[in-house]
Amino acid sequence: MTALRRPVTVTFALAALLAASACGAKVDENGDSTADVESCIDTSGDSVKIGLLNSMSGTMSISEQTVRRSLELAAAEINADGGVLGKRLELVTEDGASEPTVFAEKATKLLQSDCVAAVFGGWTSSSRKAMLPVFEDNDGLLFYPVQYEGLEASENIFYTGATTNQQIIPALDYLRTELGAQSLYLVGSDYVFPRTANAIITAYAEEYDIEIVGEDYEPLGSVEGIPTIVNRVQSSGADAVFNTLNGDSNVSFFSQYSNVGLTAETMPVLSVSIAEEEVPGIGVERLVGQYTAWNYYQTVQSPENEAFVAAFQEAYGSDAVTSDPMEAAYTSLYLWRNMVEAAGSFEVDDVQEAAGGISFAAPEGPVTVNGDNHHIAKTALIGRVNPEGLIDTVWSSAGPIEPDPCLEGYAWAASLERDETYC
Amino acid sequence: MIGSATPAEAAAAEVSAPRARGPWTGRAAMLATYAVAAIVLFGAAPAMLTDFRLRMLAQFLCVAMVAVGIGLAWGSGGMLTLGQGLFFGLGAYIMAMHLQLSSAGPSGRPAFMVTGSDLPWWWELFRSPATALLGIVAVPGLLALLLGLSVFRRRVKGAYFAILSQASAAAFALLLISQQNTIGGSNGLSSFRQFFGFALNDPVNRRMLYFIAAGVLIAMVAVVHQLRRSRYGELLTAVRDGEERARFLGYDTAMVKVVAYVVAAVFAAIGGALFVPIVGIISPQNVGVVPSIGFLVGVAVGGRATLFGPVLGSLAVSYAGSTLSEQIESGWVYVQGFLFILVVAFLPGGLGSIAAVVRSRRRRPAADELPRGVPEPDAPDPEPTPADVRSGGA
Repeated sequence: MTALRRPVTVTFALAALLAASACGAKVDENGDSTADVESCIDTSGDSVKIGLLNSMSGTMSISEQTVRRSLELAAAEINADGGVLGKRLELVTEDGASEPTVFAEKATKLLQSDCVAAVFGGWTSSSRKAMLPVFEDNDGLLFYPVQYEGLEASENIFYTGATTNQQIIPALDYLRTELGAQSLYLVGSDYVFPRTANAIITAYAEEYDIEIVGEDYEPLGSVEGIPTIVNRVQSSGADAVFNTLNGDSNVSFFSQYSNVGLTAETMPVLSVSIAEEEVPGIGVERLVGQYTAWNYYQTVQSPENEAFVAAFQEAYGSDAVTSDPMEAAYTSLYLWRNMVEAAGSFEVDDVQEAAGGISFAAPEGPVTVNGDNHHIAKTALIGRVNPEGLIDTVWSSAGPIEPDPCLEGYAWAASLERDETYC
Repeated sequence: MIGSATPAEAAAAEVSAPRARGPWTGRAAMLATYAVAAIVLFGAAPAMLTDFRLRMLAQFLCVAMVAVGIGLAWGSGGMLTLGQGLFFGLGAYIMAMHLQLSSAGPSGRPAFMVTGSDLPWWWELFRSPATALLGIVAVPGLLALLLGLSVFRRRVKGAYFAILSQASAAAFALLLISQQNTIGGSNGLSSFRQFFGFALNDPVNRRMLYFIAAGVLIAMVAVVHQLRRSRYGELLTAVRDGEERARFLGYDTAMVKVVAYVVAAVFAAIGGALFVPIVGIISPQNVGVVPSIGFLVGVAVGGRATLFGPVLGSLAVSYAGSTLSEQIESGWVYVQGFLFILVVAFLPGGLGSIAAVVRSRRRRPAADELPRGVPEPDAPDPEPTPADVRSGGA
């Protein structure tokens, strides 16, 4: 027995010694550390690597695969057009597997092992939150293509989807001024985006004397509580419903909604997470006439969008639809190209410095990067679902809205909690 | 699947107790294995791997800690613990709460709390490093004790126990998802800046975390080793193979199982606690049913009844999963499922028993003709060197 214990003891002594000798920087009083990282982007050859990190398996794959397709389309177009700074884009693709830890792992791999110049992807807020420290610690660049709850502005992330003042607030303006809504019922999935959106809506409602007659949450991926919620919505007599439900819950919600006899005419629903992709799954007949708030629809009339939709359908089939996150992803790759060409360099610091004011004639309309908060100015569009399952624009903001992720420009939002790291 | 002793399983069980013959050969081989493990983990791996690969290895080591516990509870004790995500998650969330509090800005509020509402009182419990470390061991340990007592005293076992433990992990994940304002909901907890004062973005500190994980894992294997060769270990195996008989002989079989269950829970919690600073996030997706089954796959593949099988199997499965998904996106899920089915159907003792199975086939070609589920009348004598040691190079 002693013969056994000795080497084990030796092993532990060795481990303790190594662990003790391996201690690095301590955190100073400001919470900053002194550690440095050096970028390893390889630009010596005739190609440059970029990373595409989307969930190709798991629950989010149905949405994220479409984003991957539009990123691949954009990369192919850029390569056909001569690449970026004369270098062909080489795609390193990774599967985020719908799991935040896998996103963090693959992001680290893309930055440290593949030395990619930028990474494009992520969808859920949890995947972005998981990747954020990775990009900050390794000084990498992430282009995140989905509308989100705002209140964040990392130097290492470019947010090409809408922040709340480009989606939620225009939607509220529309409900208040165009539909004359005096009371709202809030229905959402129970996670950070609906919770934050509803906190903003409540503050807005106080300012404009709109009554919030109810606020209900359903756990993500669950449908059990939906019938009860729909009954409460119906008996509330609200002028309109603000819907932040995500995923499968929407299928159940709208089927119950029409079962109890509610329609877009009797009580309109404005949804912020239903795009062209989701419409067939929920059922066109149940959604016709209901409202959505985005920054892009497949039906947008512009030469850029016609070219985008035509190219997408040529690559992926004539019945393929394009949606807001897909367009934001497509746009993000072009924005990165324009930043790199303006900077004349692939280095992260140079790209960050050149980013402010970079614009692109996107399918959604012209977009411009805000150099301070790394979001982009974009036009808000309110749409209605038409009988073909596409969404027609019924209202648009006067022009591109400057991004304000921390809602600093709205006096009524002063009471909202903010993360002092970014806001 | 659990109770039936196929020829392969019988052979595996036989080699898992090498002490009976050739004690010195067995012990020397065991020592050699520890030495090899120490050289590989403390010498070769840090010298040869890049920072990224070392980080991945550290993550795999944390998962392997859960596997060591499952090896004891399932392999030696016959308890199919399908819900280790519960204990992994408890350890991880307690560590995450502590790291979040110590990484928080001047306001002292954790980063996820942007929508108002006050910090729940139970966060304060884990503000000090001492109570956080105590909580990581004590909270899952006590919960496992209570769960174990109530379940094993009522003689719940087999598939019923497995379903129960899986349900507890599922319920825990649902609970976490519903707690958006108190524990981060589906986003989980992330954005940790420091680990007990050491900056987490410093590569040197990340190496330190790796060494801690490697040391803890070897310690866990040593603990299980001692438990297996003690009187308690023999009793645990006896309860696994014939609980009624052990009870009839006057043993408190429920207590015997509870001890192994608690040890497995504490190991899972420690694995979870180290997982958090290494990976940088913990979310409900890491503690539910799917990860709980994931913990089990490595143990089954490596050989649950062997000492090193669970660790090696878990490391191999984690490694394969990570590298294969880099080659073929989304393909790994299918490979993993197929591998699990293959092992359960054809090699119930895991890859660790492959040598013993091959040997028994060679000696007794007629073994196939025996009806399944009936132990062979005279199990073949294994070689003195245990099969689990030989798989040490995998």
